[in-house]
Amino acid sequence: MTAALYVEGLEVVFNLFRALKGVSVTVEPGESFGLVGESGSGKSTLLRAIAGLASVASGSIVVNGKTLGRRRDRDFYRQVQMVFQDPYGSLHPRQTVDRLLQEPLAIHSIGDSENRIRRALDEVGLGNGFRFRYSHQLSGGQRQRVAIARALILEPSILLLDEPTSALDASVQAEVLNLLEQVRRDRKLTFLMVSHDLAVINHMCERLMVMQNGDAVEQLAASDLASGRVGQDYTRRLLKASEGFARGRQSPSERNFPELKIKSITKQQGEHDETRPGPGRIERPSA
Amino acid sequence: MNMRATNMGTAGAAGGNLLEVNDLRVTYPTRTNVVHALRGVSFLLGRERLGIVGESGSGKSQTGRAIMGLTAPRAEVTARRLEFDGIDLFAASPRQRRKLRGKRIAMILQDPKYSLDPVMTIGRQILETLRTHEKVSKAEARERVLDMLAAVQIRDPKRVYGLHPHEVSGGMGQRAMIAMMLVAGPELLIADEPTSALDVTVQLEVLGILDQLVAERGMGLIFISHDLRLVSTFCDRVIVMYAGKVVEELKASELSQAKHPYTQGLLNCMPKIGSDRHPLPVLARKAEWAA
Amino acid sequence: MSAVEQPTMSRRGWLLSERPASRWQASLGRAYATWRRFLANRLGVFGLFIIIVLLSIAAFADQLATYSPVAGDLKNARLLPPSAQHWLGTDDLGRDIYSRIIYGSRLTLVVVMLVAVIAAPVGLLVGTVAGYAGGWTDSVLMRVTDIFLAFPKLILALSFVAALGPGIENAVLAIAITAWPPYARIARAETLTVRSSDYIKVVQQMGASPFRIVLRHIMPMCNSSLIVRVTLDMAGIILTAAGLGFVGLGAQPPLPEWGAMIASGRRFILDQWWVAAMPGMAILIVSLGFNLLGEGLRDALDPRSSDQ
Repeated sequence: MTAALYVEGLEVVFNLFRALKGVSVTVEPGESFGLVGESGSGKSTLLRAIAGLASVASGSIVVNGKTLGRRRDRDFYRQVQMVFQDPYGSLHPRQTVDRLLQEPLAIHSIGDSENRIRRALDEVGLGNGFRFRYSHQLSGGQRQRVAIARALILEPSILLLDEPTSALDASVQAEVLNLLEQVRRDRKLTFLMVSHDLAVINHMCERLMVMQNGDAVEQLAASDLASGRVGQDYTRRLLKASEGFARGRQSPSERNFPELKIKSITKQQGEHDETRPGPGRIERPSA
Repeated sequence: MNMRATNMGTAGAAGGNLLEVNDLRVTYPTRTNVVHALRGVSFLLGRERLGIVGESGSGKSQTGRAIMGLTAPRAEVTARRLEFDGIDLFAASPRQRRKLRGKRIAMILQDPKYSLDPVMTIGRQILETLRTHEKVSKAEARERVLDMLAAVQIRDPKRVYGLHPHEVSGGMGQRAMIAMMLVAGPELLIADEPTSALDVTVQLEVLGILDQLVAERGMGLIFISHDLRLVSTFCDRVIVMYAGKVVEELKASELSQAKHPYTQGLLNCMPKIGSDRHPLPVLARKAEWAA
Repeated sequence: MSAVEQPTMSRRGWLLSERPASRWQASLGRAYATWRRFLANRLGVFGLFIIIVLLSIAAFADQLATYSPVAGDLKNARLLPPSAQHWLGTDDLGRDIYSRIIYGSRLTLVVVMLVAVIAAPVGLLVGTVAGYAGGWTDSVLMRVTDIFLAFPKLILALSFVAALGPGIENAVLAIAITAWPPYARIARAETLTVRSSDYIKVVQQMGASPFRIVLRHIMPMCNSSLIVRVTLDMAGIILTAAGLGFVGLGAQPPLPEWGAMIASGRRFILDQWWVAAMPGMAILIVSLGFNLLGEGLRDALDPRSSDQ
């Protein structure tokens, strides 16, 4: 069986900064694979390189047995769709939900839009009442549902998820995660999901890769993570950190000081090109 | 100051109240109606770590800003009582309020990128802060700033002193921010999502520094966050807010025995490593919570 | 009273509905919300009022004018001061100034509309293409824009008219040629901010062609700032047209163009002030109207305020 997604020695360079230093991943069809890491780890860059939004310096990407060239063809976009982190930024502010969902159908000249849009909205639990609203009339969770509906309307086999819930409140996050699991089951989708939150990845994915500074640290199964069978120190640190603050452990006298980070200019530019995967929640005044 | 007593992490207000908030209300008039951002928030704060948790729109940030006196001018702020160390904050003149702010009450905001002046070096900014609140000579002030930078565990304070905010990483920026806020020796520190923009590992380092300083100096701390897990492990006491009101107040250690369905729901809906719950329980909001 | 108000209230509810039931209702609702924001600015509404008055004057010029705008009574009516017969006086050829101004409004409107229709789309296209494409395309298009921007507007227009020959059509063309570069700049600046946003990345990721992205996703984001700018520029266009008319390179006699009217009145400015002052007042009022309208539109269309 061919892998749904096969990435070999992928390198991405932004203005001399190596954002991705030769990373290889294989994702089987129907699998959910997670990428975890902190900002600057290259996890989002990897996703973007696959989606064709970051130019690849070297390495190869194979999707469903087909090696991708420099330019993605139409077929690729029907197979691979992406959901972005910030639902406030990923919906066009001047378009209704209807227009947003119409767009992919129009680009790929798919007919029967009326039924497809209605079905897509039902699938993500929004219903027709939301169809003619503008994005500013929606809550964060509703926006992300629209974004998911838009990604699904082309019936892709692979979904790339870039921190799909990190801008949402915890209760809304649970709803969106459940929805994503639901559609994956219903449509037998392959997920490649990026998050800074180890718990979210652990919940959503069967296997995951920990990344740091553009490199893969290790790949492991979610069950290994849950039972603490972790190979690398860095992963262990992330695991500890995800449990919250522990008073004794942080006592600074016992702890090594972290490296003093003074960013060089090239580093900064690299970080600009990557989306901020930081867990910064965006606070919006409630309407 | 009885700082030792609070260090033990005793819940409640040991050694008198630093801050008393009683029935705090904030309303914003809009063109068509009024938005009630806070609808009667009350709590007491001693020299302890108090966490305020809630989702976006719950009013947790509004609470911090109202105490600081930084609510937008068009908003209407009322309270039955808002007292800091015996000083009625409503009766205080704008001048008095300004003097309190920074000197005795300080606030740390989410993203250092937006709260530090981009064209001034970090050292200069901290120095200016100190010199607006205390009459000290330049040389002495510089000495104290360097000490403060060292206290937030910046390894090479002299170097960081001369750097601009964009030249340092997020974690370093937030440490500089903490140094700036603490340099004048405030008694109450309000931290509004101080580590949410940081990576998890950096987040814990910064929290460790904050924790140590708060303990050493016997400050009161209001820690505002959306992250229940973080708040429950960091603070002594937690206030849970929903729709502009406090729905529950409890000891951080007893969070797992929360009574209010909203708190329980918030706790349950987070994915946890090791617990295999598919689908995740979702929070069913009830109208009466907001009543 | 209440019986009348009932249906309007429900219509308002329908327009401002949070759950519009059709495309039509959604866009109407949005337009209505913009309209309400516009109404909140009194000066903007006053500007709109002036422009509506101008439009109706142009439409009903035949009914409003009391004399012919081109034929005068040379024998009896030269340079008469304002009076009951000639409300705004007469000029040196015995023509009624009031009637000439009324008919002149048509010329003014034609000039303004034509310039806007030619210049704005050109600027929008150049700016969005340059901003979205980047690289060489951007450099070339923007240097051309810079060349046009380097000359003072009136001088450039003058040289074009001098080359093309005097006349109102050529004046329109010349003004349009000088008017598009600022629009290109605005559209480019707007495009640069929009280009890197997630919602454009999403359509790229759906396989949309650059043409489609520029046309359907970027241009709508530039429209509102461009509309505001064009409206604010209309006063300038009127003044440039009047300037060209004044030096004799715009509308040719006997067309009642306001600038040309001032030019012909300048010889009598001290003794028969009304000949030059009346068309001057007309230009002033209309320019003011467009400016106020532009300010009002800026408040109403500002995407930052509408996305709350």
